[in-house]
Amino acid sequence: MRHEIVEKNVGLLAVLILVVISFGGLAEVVPLFFQKQTTEPVEGLEPLAPLELAGRDIYRREGCVGCHSQMVRPFRAETERYGHYSVAGESVYEYNFLWGSKRTGPDLARVGGRYSDDWHRAHLYNPRDVVPGSVMPAYPWLFDNTLDGAHIGDKMRALRTLGVPYSDEQITGAREAVEGKSEITALVAYLQQLGTVLEDKR
Amino acid sequence: MNSLWGNDLSGFWSAWIIVITLATIALSAWLLFANRRTDKQPDAEGRVTTTGHAADGIEEYDNPLPRWWFKLYVGTVLFALGYLALYPGLGNFAGLLGWSQEAQWEREVHQAEERYAPIFARYAERPIPELAGDTEAMQVGERLFLNNCAICHGSNARGGDGFPDLGDDAWLYGGKPQDIVTSITQGRSGAMPAWEHLGEETLVDVTQHVLSLSGKATDPARAEKGAETFTAMCASCHQPDGTGNPAMGAPDLTDDAWLYRGPDQSLEAAVFETLRNGRNGQMPAQVDYLGEDKVHLVAAYVYQLSRQAPESAD
Repeated sequence: MRHEIVEKNVGLLAVLILVVISFGGLAEVVPLFFQKQTTEPVEGLEPLAPLELAGRDIYRREGCVGCHSQMVRPFRAETERYGHYSVAGESVYEYNFLWGSKRTGPDLARVGGRYSDDWHRAHLYNPRDVVPGSVMPAYPWLFDNTLDGAHIGDKMRALRTLGVPYSDEQITGAREAVEGKSEITALVAYLQQLGTVLEDKR
Repeated sequence: MNSLWGNDLSGFWSAWIIVITLATIALSAWLLFANRRTDKQPDAEGRVTTTGHAADGIEEYDNPLPRWWFKLYVGTVLFALGYLALYPGLGNFAGLLGWSQEAQWEREVHQAEERYAPIFARYAERPIPELAGDTEAMQVGERLFLNNCAICHGSNARGGDGFPDLGDDAWLYGGKPQDIVTSITQGRSGAMPAWEHLGEETLVDVTQHVLSLSGKATDPARAEKGAETFTAMCASCHQPDGTGNPAMGAPDLTDDAWLYRGPDQSLEAAVFETLRNGRNGQMPAQVDYLGEDKVHLVAAYVYQLSRQAPESAD
């Protein structure tokens, strides 16, 4: 074997390494781009409404994904606590995914409708007010900040180029739906729709 | 039942996965055997083979792979083949064991159902007042309460600002066993409208009147003035005498239970805020999460909480 050829040509070595590690991706990832389960929305899935979309951006800005996953795995211990396991078709309009990989707090994939709006507001204002042992930070500024909705239409247009089926009317009316609303209202609207498309709660 | 992953890859993608997977394994095996050296004896001229690498006169022997390492490598190849034969991995081939993630989940759920459902079914057959006196049932009920209800109502069930205290004897929607079951099963939606349009002066009067119903008015003259508005606007839900109406979730205003009151808020300010902004407390329906049998048991737990109130209140 001519080890020397590979060992003394760094460029060639890099190319060959890429070839080797691409096998895994080719077998495990590439076919998913062409599967119905991963590319088609589950029945009843709608793109996020403008206010919910604005809430999603706040969710990202505040780094919620760092401590909360949005992925119920198919184990009884999880479905018992959170509800039906997550399926890929629920995430087809998600750019980027917020599945997360760390649970310092609970999974939020099915938190929608689980608690009241009032509870979410009290909890986000100061988690200790409703959950005494909580280590979650408080987010009081969400109650003071107001959305101007200046870019919400642009965001929806950008998402549409990625395949999220927003209609022209939705985009036109987007700013009006968001402007003047507080950030907490948007975030709670986002949280309250999470995981509500599947009708089975279990 | 929503499918995580069916065996419905198209023939092309199934073949694609199978070919890449098997070819990778074959290549790995080939790489091992093609590079294998077994000899480490000096050659005819008495020279041992080196890799040709030399640094400051130190050369590197080209010895064979350690035997244990070689065997481990072969072992991983055999493991991969065995795994792919038994479990799903090669395209649409389901594996000889027929294992699937969903089936495993269903089996887990089914086993738990078989084991636990009869326990809850037995509790569900017994009337709530009887269950409330059963220590063991109440221990199970407490677990359910802590896991599902405590996040709003508190682990001691004493509620908080906007979240009903379940340990007192004041009920928005009635405290009879069936009322509690209905509240938990279907959830409740509070519907106190906002009265901001009446103007601040009028609302201060009504606030005083509401406080007077439980003897707490600080300004009897304004309380008197507020009576008229109360009769016109509030009495249809809260009753003319302010005793409330459980059918609408309109609280009794004559008792000493106040659902909405911030930690540092005066009662007067709290009532005024309620009048001005309205209140729309939501209790989410729980039957889809818990099922009827568990709702019955939690209802019994909630029922006995307020029955303990006289002893535990002070």
